Amino acid sequence: MMPTIEVESLAKCYGGRAVLDGLSLEISGGIFALLGPNGAGKTTLVSILTTLLRPEAGAARILGHDVVREAATVRRLIGATGQYASVDETLTGRENLVMIAQLLGLSPRDSRRRAAELLESFDLAEAADRRVSVYSGGMRRRVDLAASLVSTPAVLFLDEPTTGLDPASRARLWNDISALAAEGCCVFLTTQMLDEAEALADRVAILQHGRIVADGTVASLTALVGEETAVLVDREGAVRRTLEVSGTAAGLERALAGLAEEEGELRLELRRPTLDDAFLALTARRGDRGGLGDGVVGRNDEWREAAA
Amino acid sequence: MTVAVHEGTGPITASRVFVGRSMRHSLRDGEGLMMAIVLPVMLMLLFTVVFGGAIDAGTEYVDFVLPGIIVLCSGFGAASVAVSVNRDVTGGAMQRFRSLPTPAACCLVGHVVASVLRNLLATAIVVGVGLLLGFRPVAGPLEWLAVAALVLAWILAVTVVFAAIGLLSSSPEAANGYGFGLLFLPYLSSAFVPLGTLPGWLQPFAAAQPVTPLTDAIRALLLGGDPGGQAWFALVWCAGIVLVGALVIAWRFPRR
Repeated sequence: MMPTIEVESLAKCYGGRAVLDGLSLEISGGIFALLGPNGAGKTTLVSILTTLLRPEAGAARILGHDVVREAATVRRLIGATGQYASVDETLTGRENLVMIAQLLGLSPRDSRRRAAELLESFDLAEAADRRVSVYSGGMRRRVDLAASLVSTPAVLFLDEPTTGLDPASRARLWNDISALAAEGCCVFLTTQMLDEAEALADRVAILQHGRIVADGTVASLTALVGEETAVLVDREGAVRRTLEVSGTAAGLERALAGLAEEEGELRLELRRPTLDDAFLALTARRGDRGGLGDGVVGRNDEWREAAA
Repeated sequence: MTVAVHEGTGPITASRVFVGRSMRHSLRDGEGLMMAIVLPVMLMLLFTVVFGGAIDAGTEYVDFVLPGIIVLCSGFGAASVAVSVNRDVTGGAMQRFRSLPTPAACCLVGHVVASVLRNLLATAIVVGVGLLLGFRPVAGPLEWLAVAALVLAWILAVTVVFAAIGLLSSSPEAANGYGFGLLFLPYLSSAFVPLGTLPGWLQPFAAAQPVTPLTDAIRALLLGGDPGGQAWFALVWCAGIVLVGALVIAWRFPRR
C-alpha cells in the first residue's frame, strides 16, 4: 500500500545551518506526532510538506504526489493549520469558512452549506456571525481547525495546535482531532507538549538537529529509557522515595527492609517511564555525542544544556 | 470518510473572492474609512480657509488648490494598503491562502481594488466639499472624464507602490512608516503654490516629479486651460510607477 506521507533524505538550510539534515520518514495513516524542542526543524518540515517551502535536497510525497513538482495536486489533498491562528479577524467565523470554501472552488451555495456544517460540528454556530476578533483563544483555534477542514482533506497538518490554550480548550481540541482521525483523516501533528503526543498519537517521532532520533509508539519509546520502577508516594501523590529493585522478590524485600519507620505508611506504586523521560533522555543522549554537532544547528545548545 | 478533491479556483474567481474580503475590511474599519475621508476634507479647509489668504496664486485659491488636494488625498487613502498587505504576509493569512489550490497573489488584487474604490469615494467627497466652498470648475463631461482617468491612474500607481511597501516591510508598523515619504511629494510640487514661487534649486525637481504634471493637467482640464503635454507626462509617470511596483511585487511575493 502506498504510504500517506513519504519523506526521503530531506534537507533544508538557513544561512548555512542545516535545519533538516537528510530526514526520512514514512507514515501510513492515523495520528502521527512529531516532537522536538524549539528550532528542531518541525515547522520547516511541515512547511515543506504543505508546499510552502522548497527543500534543497531529497523528496517528499503526499499520497504519491511530489510536494514540489505536483504542489497543486498536493494542495487539493491537504489541510493545514499553522502555529498562529491564521483566520481573518475582521471577518466573522462564517465568512472565514465561506471564503475558504469559495477559494476551493465550491459554489456560493455549497460554500454556505459547508460552512454551516463545520460551524455546527465545532460548536461555533452561536458565534458564527460575530467577528473572530472577539472570539476566545479556544474558539479561534476551532475556527482555524474548521478552516483547514473545509476541503475534507485526506491529510491534515497541525503545527502546535494547542499552544497557548487553557486546559479545557485543549481537551476539547484533542477530542476534535481524535474524532477526525477516527473518520479516516491522517493527522500529522507537531508539538512540544509530551502529554499531547501521549494523549493523541498512534506513533511518535522525535526530531532533533534536523533528524529523527527516535520513532515508534509511545510505549516503545518509553521502553527505550528503562523498565518500570517502584516508588513510594505519600497521600498527596508526591514521590518520596524510589526503590532500587532488581526485579526479584528478594530485591524488593531488601529494599523494603531498609525503610525508615514513618515510610511504612507510604503507598507502593509501580511507575513506568513517561514520554517526558524518553524525550529528555533521547535528545540529551544525542546532544552529548560530540561529532554530530559539527556543521549542524547551533541553536539548540541552550536547550540541550537545560536538558542534560 | 470520503475525500473530496476540489478543483480549486482560477485567478478570476479568486480575485472576486479576495475583492469581497478586502471590501469588507474597508467597510468594517470605521476609523480607517473616516480618516480616508475626513483628513483630505480637513486639509482642504486648512489650505483654503487658513493658509488661503496668505497665498497669492493669481486666481481664487480654492480653484487653484482643489486639484492639489485631490492628488494629496489619493495618497492618504492608499497608504493603508501597505499595512493590510503586510498584515496578511506577517500574520498567518497568506500561509493559509498559499496552501489552498488557488493563486494566492490574487489577494493583492483584492487589496488594490478595494483601495481604488475607497479613494474614488474620498475624491468624490473632496470635490463635493470643494464645490460648497466656492470651487467653480468650467469643465465639460469630456474634461471630467479625462480628470477621472488621471485620478484613477494616480490612485492605482500609489496603491501598487504601497502594496509593494507592504511586502517589503518587516511589520505593519514599519509599512506604515515607509509610506510617509510618498505622501510628502505633493508639498514639493505645484499642488499648493505656483511652481515659480519655489526656490530655484527646488524647481527642476518639482517640475519633473509626477505630482506637478498630474496637478497641472487636472487643473487645466477643470479650469478651462490647455493641459498640453502634462497629461501625457503624468500618465507615463503613473504607468512607470505601476510597472516598477508590479516588478517589485512579482520579485518579492514568492519569497514571503
